Amino acid sequence: MVNLTINGQPITAEEGTTIIEAARRHGISIPNLCYMKDVHKIGACRLCVVEVEGARALMASCLATVSEGMVVHTNTEKLRRIRRVLFELMYSDHSEDCLSCSRNQNCEFQAMGKLLSVDSSRFEGERSSYHVDASVSVTRDMSKCILCRRCVTVCNEVQGVGALFPQHRGFDTEMAPAMEMQLGKVACTFCGQCSIVCPVGALKSTNSEHKVWAAIGDPNKVTVVQVAPAVRVALGEVFGLEPGTSVTGKMAASFRRMGFDHVFDTNFGADLTIMEEGAEFLGRVRSALNNRGAVLPMITSCSPGWVKYVEHMYPDHLAHLSTCKSPHTMLGAVVKSYYAERIGVDPKDIFVVSVMPCTAKKFEITRPEMQNGGYPNVDAVITTRELACMIKYAGIDFVNLDDEEFDNPLGMSTGAADIFGLTGGVMEAALRTVYELVTGRTLPFDGLHVTPIVGFERIKEAALKIENPLPDYSFLDGVEVRIAVTSGLAGAKILMDQLKAGNSPYHFIEVMGCPGGCIMGGGQPRSRDNDIRNKRLRGLYTEDEGKPLRKSHENPFIKSLYDEFLGEPNGHKSHELLHTSYVARGKFNQMTEQTFVADAKVIAKIKTAAAIHDQAKAAISKLRQEEAASPKVFELESENRRLKMELADALETVDILKSVFNK
Amino acid sequence: MNPESAENTCTVIEREHAFEQIANVIDLYKGKEGSLIQVLHLSQKIFGYLPLEVQQFIANEMDIPLATVSGVVSFYSFFSTEPRGEHTIRVCMGTACYVRGGKKIVEHLQNHLGVDLGKTTPDGKFTFEIARCIGSCALAPAMTIDDTVYKQVNLNKIGRILEKY
Repeated sequence: MVNLTINGQPITAEEGTTIIEAARRHGISIPNLCYMKDVHKIGACRLCVVEVEGARALMASCLATVSEGMVVHTNTEKLRRIRRVLFELMYSDHSEDCLSCSRNQNCEFQAMGKLLSVDSSRFEGERSSYHVDASVSVTRDMSKCILCRRCVTVCNEVQGVGALFPQHRGFDTEMAPAMEMQLGKVACTFCGQCSIVCPVGALKSTNSEHKVWAAIGDPNKVTVVQVAPAVRVALGEVFGLEPGTSVTGKMAASFRRMGFDHVFDTNFGADLTIMEEGAEFLGRVRSALNNRGAVLPMITSCSPGWVKYVEHMYPDHLAHLSTCKSPHTMLGAVVKSYYAERIGVDPKDIFVVSVMPCTAKKFEITRPEMQNGGYPNVDAVITTRELACMIKYAGIDFVNLDDEEFDNPLGMSTGAADIFGLTGGVMEAALRTVYELVTGRTLPFDGLHVTPIVGFERIKEAALKIENPLPDYSFLDGVEVRIAVTSGLAGAKILMDQLKAGNSPYHFIEVMGCPGGCIMGGGQPRSRDNDIRNKRLRGLYTEDEGKPLRKSHENPFIKSLYDEFLGEPNGHKSHELLHTSYVARGKFNQMTEQTFVADAKVIAKIKTAAAIHDQAKAAISKLRQEEAASPKVFELESENRRLKMELADALETVDILKSVFNK
Repeated sequence: MNPESAENTCTVIEREHAFEQIANVIDLYKGKEGSLIQVLHLSQKIFGYLPLEVQQFIANEMDIPLATVSGVVSFYSFFSTEPRGEHTIRVCMGTACYVRGGKKIVEHLQNHLGVDLGKTTPDGKFTFEIARCIGSCALAPAMTIDDTVYKQVNLNKIGRILEKY
């Protein structure tokens, strides 16, 4: 232990602790914009500098560690002055369209300005050029980037994808894919983890709210909404509820108040997935044991970011992926076939909206494979964050809403479906059903939780021995089923490299693209609570434990769906509607023509207006500087007039666009 | 190897040979951390410049993300993603050279060569760049062509210097 003084307060801290952490533990918070505990500390923003008595220079407290007898000051006049200048320098090259920015009032940079009491910059000069790169899932707007590099750390070290990296140098630096390529054209998995950590609006999920409102407002459309399990334990955070609070009932009530015609639950799709995936797994094992050849291990395919990762990085191993679609596309396919028939509506008039904790799902629904009969299974995906915005827009008093239920039949679900939202959950749900199907007995674990695969370790494994199976499954007698679970793509890489080398000891692997599973997905509310993962995890397990039915095959509406419509799991109709195929893309997206660049026209037009505003401002300030040089003044004045006219034109365009939106 | 030929006249065999050589270089540095810059440096020597396909080749062979390779290439001004001229002219724009007329030399060369900074003349002879202090401040304004330093350059001298190439 080390003894030191921070702001006159004697403190003991463990050796190796950074000053910022030692201070935080004793209730002293030091301003910072780039630091992320245990994940990212590179001292890029410099706002966390502190004065250490006797030290030659100021120290970045996120990097400097404590030492014996150290005397630290975190709030001196010198530091306040320096932080102010640092902030103003960053602000001088930051786009000022806060009012139209999706991060307005939820922006770490804006909050920092408030904290430091700075609302303008004394520095005027050259500005970085505007550049909006919209993919179907994630949008990059580099005019807002403050170069903190959190996204680079998350993309490279946490996820091991490496789509983003600092390009160029100095003033021209931008966090971007290689060689100025667009995100939609490179091996980005669209996991959206970058959009979670971005302190500003530089990386965000591509917005679909307008599209959904338009469908709700269209009298010719029957709107169907469904919501993923992980959303229900995170949405409440936006409305000030404790993380992990389940808001399932309030959410269902909000959907009706927003104007959706049918309110369903992706959980039903999850139960359906278990039926299909379980049958597929048993089929593969049966073939393997009968020497008919089968690709094992089988790997789950619910996470579209993970699927895209395999398609890019391991294009030769696509056969290991389960052919099952993800739960929400399964449900979409059932809505536009079975349910459409039931309510007598043409599938072309049905608009399915999925509320997801995920940005990659926005990409998934644009895949040509996710269509049946010429209609996309799902028409729009909004993230948890977008749903929160829409609920607020609709003026709903969310916290005080009375709970409501989902509509039947596609809103009914078992506890097994709830845990689809967390790492280990899909595997556990599958085992609950498969084990019972094979042996006729319940899974031999306390409270049905497969304890070895609960928690957040990078790679979790377990083995389950099958004894005394039912006669139909006698070929499985004595077989030990080995399973592995991982979340986060860096962990997935370890398992895939093992598989590629031919050393994979497993039969069944669950992979979720985001670390911790969907509860920590790229579309979830941002949080600075370090315990957020555990709270959301607890929330979902509680939801599961509170349900009377906890195994997917016990869902009565699943049973009737098979009886009335699908026939049997993995049957002909299932294959047509609920299963899919994959595309070899390659590390550089070189194996396919497919790209996922969004139509950025609208965004680009709005940006032009902002850019012209900036140009005009720059011209005016230049004018001020060069007032003495009178011949230039005349020239600049005319240029200024021209720019003002252009600005007026652009503003008019914005007005027109706004009126188009309001229609 | 003439870098211009890499783009225009290089045969398939020459290209394959170049990639083979780059693979050898990567092999040489295999397992050594922080060797990307060395690999890129030698690859540029072999191929003449570092276009996307060469960067992809290196990223694939070294098993690092393409964005990382491109990040390093775009960071250092000595790496080029476009074909380079036979000779590289670098006009020093360090403080001393700037004060003594470096900017005028740049403007003059722009007119004389007919290309912008960072570009290569259409005949593939010269690539025209600026340098940030080459350490010859006493000889300001200075410029280099390949490895030769020209001291106290003025506008009258430029024509004669370029004639040598």
